[in-house]
Amino acid sequence: MAWTRKILRVDLTKGTCKSEPLNMDWAQQYLGQRGLATKYFVEEVDPKVDPLSPANKMIMATGPLTGTMASTGGRYSVITKGPLTGAIACSNSGGYFGAELKFAGWDMIVVEGKSPKPVYLSIENDKAELRDAAHLWGKTTWETEEIIKKAHQDPQIRVSSIGRAGENGVLFSCIVNDLHRAAGRSGVGAVMGSKNLKAVAVRGTEGVGAIKDPKAFMQATVAAKKVLADNAVTGQGLPKYGTQVLMNVINEMGALPTRNARDVQFEGAGKISGEAMHEKRPTDGKANLVTNNACFGCTIACGRISRVDQNHWSVVNSPKYWGASGGLEYEAAWALGAAGGVDDLDALTVANMICNEDGMDPITFGATIGAAMELYTMGVLTEKQVGIQAPFGSAQAVIELTRMTAEGRGFGKELGLGSKRLCDKYGHPELSMTVKGQEFPAYDPRGIQGMGLTYATSNRGACHLRSYTVASEVLGIPVKTDPLVTDGKADLVKAFQDATAVFDSAGICIFTSFAWSLADVQPQLASACEGEWSMEKLNEVGERIWNLERQFNLAAGFTAKDDDLPQRLKTEAAKTGPAKGLVSGIDKMLPEYYKVRGWSKAGVPEKETLARLGL
Amino acid sequence: MQKSLYIDANKCTGCLQCEMACSYENYGIFNPAKSRIKIFDFEHEGRKVPYTCTQCAEAWCLLACPVEAISIDAATGAKVVNEATCVGCKVCTIACPFGTVNYVADTGKVQKCDLCGGEPACAEACPTGAITFVDSDWTGFDKMRAWAGKTDNATRASA
Repeated sequence: MAWTRKILRVDLTKGTCKSEPLNMDWAQQYLGQRGLATKYFVEEVDPKVDPLSPANKMIMATGPLTGTMASTGGRYSVITKGPLTGAIACSNSGGYFGAELKFAGWDMIVVEGKSPKPVYLSIENDKAELRDAAHLWGKTTWETEEIIKKAHQDPQIRVSSIGRAGENGVLFSCIVNDLHRAAGRSGVGAVMGSKNLKAVAVRGTEGVGAIKDPKAFMQATVAAKKVLADNAVTGQGLPKYGTQVLMNVINEMGALPTRNARDVQFEGAGKISGEAMHEKRPTDGKANLVTNNACFGCTIACGRISRVDQNHWSVVNSPKYWGASGGLEYEAAWALGAAGGVDDLDALTVANMICNEDGMDPITFGATIGAAMELYTMGVLTEKQVGIQAPFGSAQAVIELTRMTAEGRGFGKELGLGSKRLCDKYGHPELSMTVKGQEFPAYDPRGIQGMGLTYATSNRGACHLRSYTVASEVLGIPVKTDPLVTDGKADLVKAFQDATAVFDSAGICIFTSFAWSLADVQPQLASACEGEWSMEKLNEVGERIWNLERQFNLAAGFTAKDDDLPQRLKTEAAKTGPAKGLVSGIDKMLPEYYKVRGWSKAGVPEKETLARLGL
Repeated sequence: MQKSLYIDANKCTGCLQCEMACSYENYGIFNPAKSRIKIFDFEHEGRKVPYTCTQCAEAWCLLACPVEAISIDAATGAKVVNEATCVGCKVCTIACPFGTVNYVADTGKVQKCDLCGGEPACAEACPTGAITFVDSDWTGFDKMRAWAGKTDNATRASA
């Protein structure tokens, strides 16, 4: 059965916490986590809602495999309408919080309304209550976690919270759990902040016991773990280098968006790469990387734990950054580094720590700094306006702008709105590297064509994690496709999107899909979950979830015009590398994609498509 | 040959597969709260450390128990709690210098690692080899081997 069959409904306006039975009919159609929470959200929330109003809701949802021995089975997602995009937001996080929520006996928490004053939600198994958080408001996520654990005299509590960025309405603020794992994108932290909800603290001791066929489940999980261990990416590359294994690879391919996508290769990539994190610093003889790290249940362990040189200029007076802490993932290293042309590894590590500490999405934030640096370089922004010098390549600027944005000071307030609003304000909308208002991450669509279609059609705004065609176009998983051509990418993107929706709804990490196909997930779900879970059904569930999200966005006011890439990617050819001379072929891929999806030329799902999916 | 759990904390990633395996083996449920092995996270040092009962030869928990509910499994050397006899007085939890015997409110008894009768589920589940089950008389074998490699003349010559 795997679901706890219980949801916790928290009405912040009234100050109530109530238990409800999970809608098992919906669970059979949408599985859990991303899919099931989206179904609840779509049923309960007006698509036109102002994301930061009390009428918006926020759902924290686990999947049926969360809190089990399935590898990586510790995920939860936050579903809401995103303030950065105005689209459906669905941000996925690891760490230990998701499993703890499940162990407390809850499949999901539906948060609605707005508290009249700052509160935090305290959950101890079936006991849930709202507690005063006046003393926590203004604190970082790190401080919040520590204070709550001390107050409850329970070091085993797991905490998910917002930092000052979420309180201050930074439109790309995230929700951080276990110090450095985050539901990162689309500004879900700002939604939480708008509701005066500072944190959710959970202690669960009931466990997950309702597995349909425990013996078959254990066999299935053991077999699937072996697949991960035997795979070169999940068994070797990710544990050793983390996602940072990609920095040099993508740079070589000429697909590393550099200096706000002016360039596709970064001369400093080697200095901020996964390999560089292993090298001993000349200054103190120690490596940036301390160790790798796993989230709950994960047998890959791609997480990075880093320590910077105590004498590095960025931390010399800040002992709180001297200890080991969450290190750079590829996206963060790219965004805080290459996107602004910065190659100081320790400075980027510190900027990333501040993002964890105060809850900011380093992808959108780094890309926004990149856009600001371009405006500065053009003379549109001045030192007086920014408060500091901010040319491309300045590590000092990255550190100072990160502090200013996290704390809501000066020009940081403008950066906190993301690159779209920033570039609009200063008369250069074309310099915002966004789709649906959200910055695209570390793969340049000129060098990896499938990622252009991925970004353009992602339901939560530009994102790599909705259809990671890099797996196919770069790594050859499951089959190698040519990154420089558009042919076949529509089918590829659809297949990845639908499969990803299933992974995201099951309670497991999408990184397993470097080694696992749906065929590896299916036996785990089928033995754990009540009902029939065939490959055919799972594929249909994935496609159903994708179309449901699409319908929400259409009802929210998005049209086919929003399925587009920044002008730069379509008109300014890559200057160097294998993709030299190429622009994105998005205009060719998009009509093909609509057709493959069973959508009209206007990007609207046809009646037959909806009927087939039961929508 | 008797075997012992051998823990190499350097290899631990903090995935908690061992905790789930332990609770599943003993209670048929995935529940770290009921695990007899525990992973400790020294987050500011970047260290994760598995910790459980070392099965002391002179077991103070066993000596302290007023109702003789803790006995030695002759096959494995494990100190095992007999739940039928245990009265939940918790004296053993005080006697144990390492904190590895703990009270379980649900059952009203204490629990500790019993080496799963000779096939510890935690070692089986550990994906990194941080927890292994090795010859009790040679728990130092891997360390010796590593140092032996460093003191070998051939290695020095090629270095």
